[in-house]
Amino acid sequence: MTSLTKAPPKRFIMLSLLLRWEWLLVLLIIVACFVNASLSRYFLDVDNLFDMTFNFMEKSLVALPMTFIIISGNIDLSVASNLAMSAVIMATAFQSGLNIWLAVLLGLCIGTIGGLINGLLVSRLRLPALAVTLGTYALYRGVAFVLLGDLVVKGFPDSFIYIGQGNVLNTPVPVPLLLFSVMAVVFGLVLHRTAFGRLIYAIGNNEEACRYSGVAVNRIKVIIFALSGFMSALAGVIMTARFGSVRPNIAAGLELDVITAVVLGGVDIFGGQGSILGVVLALFLMGITRFGMSLKNVPGQVQSTLIGFLLILAILLPQLLRRFALRSRG
Amino acid sequence: MDGEIRSEPILKLVGIRKAFDGTQALAGVDFELCPGEIHALVGENGAGKSTLIKVITGVHRPDAGEILFRGEPVVITNPLDAQRLGIAAIYQEPTLFPDLDIAENIFMGHYPLRRFTRRVAWRQLYDQAARTLRVLGMDLDPRTRVRGLTVAQLQMVEIAKALSFNARILIMDEPTSTLTLSEVAELFSTARQLRDAGTAIIFISHRLEEVFGLADRVTVLRDGHYVGTCNVSEVTPDELIRMMVGRTLNDLFPKSDVKQGSVVLRVEGLTKEGVFRDISFELHQGEILGLAGLAGARRTDVAQAIFGVAPADRGKIWVDGQQVAIRHPKEALALGIAYVPENRQQHGLILPMNITHNVTLPILQQFARMGGWLDSRAEAQTAQEITTRLDVRAAGLWQLASALSGGNQQKVVLAKWLTTRPRILILDEPTRGIDVGTKAAVHELMSTLASQGMAILMISSELPEILGMSDRILVMNEGRLVNQFTRAEATQEKIMLAATGSSSA
Repeated sequence: MTSLTKAPPKRFIMLSLLLRWEWLLVLLIIVACFVNASLSRYFLDVDNLFDMTFNFMEKSLVALPMTFIIISGNIDLSVASNLAMSAVIMATAFQSGLNIWLAVLLGLCIGTIGGLINGLLVSRLRLPALAVTLGTYALYRGVAFVLLGDLVVKGFPDSFIYIGQGNVLNTPVPVPLLLFSVMAVVFGLVLHRTAFGRLIYAIGNNEEACRYSGVAVNRIKVIIFALSGFMSALAGVIMTARFGSVRPNIAAGLELDVITAVVLGGVDIFGGQGSILGVVLALFLMGITRFGMSLKNVPGQVQSTLIGFLLILAILLPQLLRRFALRSRG
Repeated sequence: MDGEIRSEPILKLVGIRKAFDGTQALAGVDFELCPGEIHALVGENGAGKSTLIKVITGVHRPDAGEILFRGEPVVITNPLDAQRLGIAAIYQEPTLFPDLDIAENIFMGHYPLRRFTRRVAWRQLYDQAARTLRVLGMDLDPRTRVRGLTVAQLQMVEIAKALSFNARILIMDEPTSTLTLSEVAELFSTARQLRDAGTAIIFISHRLEEVFGLADRVTVLRDGHYVGTCNVSEVTPDELIRMMVGRTLNDLFPKSDVKQGSVVLRVEGLTKEGVFRDISFELHQGEILGLAGLAGARRTDVAQAIFGVAPADRGKIWVDGQQVAIRHPKEALALGIAYVPENRQQHGLILPMNITHNVTLPILQQFARMGGWLDSRAEAQTAQEITTRLDVRAAGLWQLASALSGGNQQKVVLAKWLTTRPRILILDEPTRGIDVGTKAAVHELMSTLASQGMAILMISSELPEILGMSDRILVMNEGRLVNQFTRAEATQEKIMLAATGSSSA
């Protein structure tokens, strides 16, 4: 018996590197940049490029834990509603006199609790995540409306506004972009380099076998849903600071863009496969595409149509490739 | 009914062969069925009964052999062909449409239609259904929805369905395993009534007393071979059992005698409502304890209760003299218990992951450094050591579990559990569906582990394996421990008698 530590054949490594989904995303990003640059000569301006990222950093923050959740074979539809609930509670607490940073802390706690509830329902009661988070999707948004009605909370201090609108020191780098970059690296390392990340993949591939192997499946599910709640609340803080105001309908429909990005990033909607890098690339691809369309004043609905088209393509293409590969093998 | 002019056989199978992935499920089986008889089909688990039935009903096509229907050779390529020939089957778990009513289920696929409009003739449908139900002595409204009926009632609906297309051959595949005694009696009287009306019935059951109570003739299969057919009136249970197991033990099983140590696992009065009751036994250091029984004896459920996958309702478990409560596999793991499950692909492995990741799954925390960071070098080394020891054949540790052969997959599962350094190892059908070479390797490994002091509980449906490997043998039947034997006193016949629940006459 020869040693099994031997690395896979070189051809195998080259092929699997070349065939990675991420390359396609890189290619599409380059194409999108070319198109945008030809649409507007201001597009490639450094300040402009950095400013563009303001528009999609909140979704990006939420997409990171969503990647964990979808790889684990679950889904969280309540992220945008949870974002709204925690932002509204943060804002009303601030309005009634609480220090803004304590209010932020409160908002983050509320979001985490919202996620925790999802996680407990999914794991302890063994309910499908789709149903549970569809329920809390309505519930959390409802709480936001009950608390604020059709009112708006404004008048946040400049120090708070800075985290949503400002740049880091004297650079052109926006604060939200820096925050996301740090978070993306952390999430990427956790997913791809730790035992916790490994178990997320394992659960997504075969939850039963994990249970039989003594993996604390429930605890991991609770943690990733709580994480999703925390990151939603964090995105809510950033969004509130960027807009300078909170309404109960804040971030409506954001969950769909987030899930789109995760799936476009190559994460298998049935769980078990995917990478943080792919999702980050997909987020930028979507951001750049949308930005290019707004340069040309393409209406929002048409933008959504194109993003929807991209998503279907993203799901269809690997399937077609696989079928093609199977056929050519005979 | 002897010496009789039993009419021409309605169905005759000659030399049927069928192989799956190289294992010969049927190796030249003959079978003959006459109108107006109940013909029992018996054999151990894996003897080929189900495969034979699937050949008759068109689910599988035989590799070789001939099927004669009323003397004419026929080819049955799918279940619809079988239905056209008048062959119907009812199974342990009936497959009906739960949200349709009884009449709709009976006539599924051939509703009576109005002549010109081609619409469903509902009144005719319900009238005919009611008549059929009356014939079967079933006191139910044909408009009752099927959901909520008992298994016995569902089987009656299946029989009514078979009658609705004039089935001439009715196959009953272990129909009684979930029925109560009175329901069984009712089913049998229906079967006799159909037989007397000329229907040919194939009856499969593990319970020998049912074979003797109901059947006219019996055919025995063993390891895919045809052993023989006899009139039930001319054979005794002991003779039948000998036909079923009649094999000579070979020396494939190298269990050596080991001095046994103290009791490491003790189970007392373990009960799970409706599944198993009152299971008590002790397992010693260095011992291989065989758990024998037929499929459905609930042996796996007992193992899963001990391992915490599906904890028992009542009963006590001691590990090393300490009473313990095991509510989750991770608690069993912490106590030094490992469980190699019966269903390797679903419960044993994560098929889309590679060998290393599969092997280290239960002990992943051991490779977690600061902040949960995985030491992948240490991980690969552990996987390397254990897979070399078990001689796993693969292109490399990076290979996905799904790409391995059955035998190597099983070795990976064993490797995975041995890395946890268990003191109690539960093996559930450890050699099912794997090649002979790997099988011998697994047996040798078990023997070595036992000699090093590991306590092994082995569930197996293969009698030679049970007899060859076990120091002691427990026999389960229908959720109860019914007997136990030492290695010296056990024979295939004794175990089979206990497992089938027949009292040794």
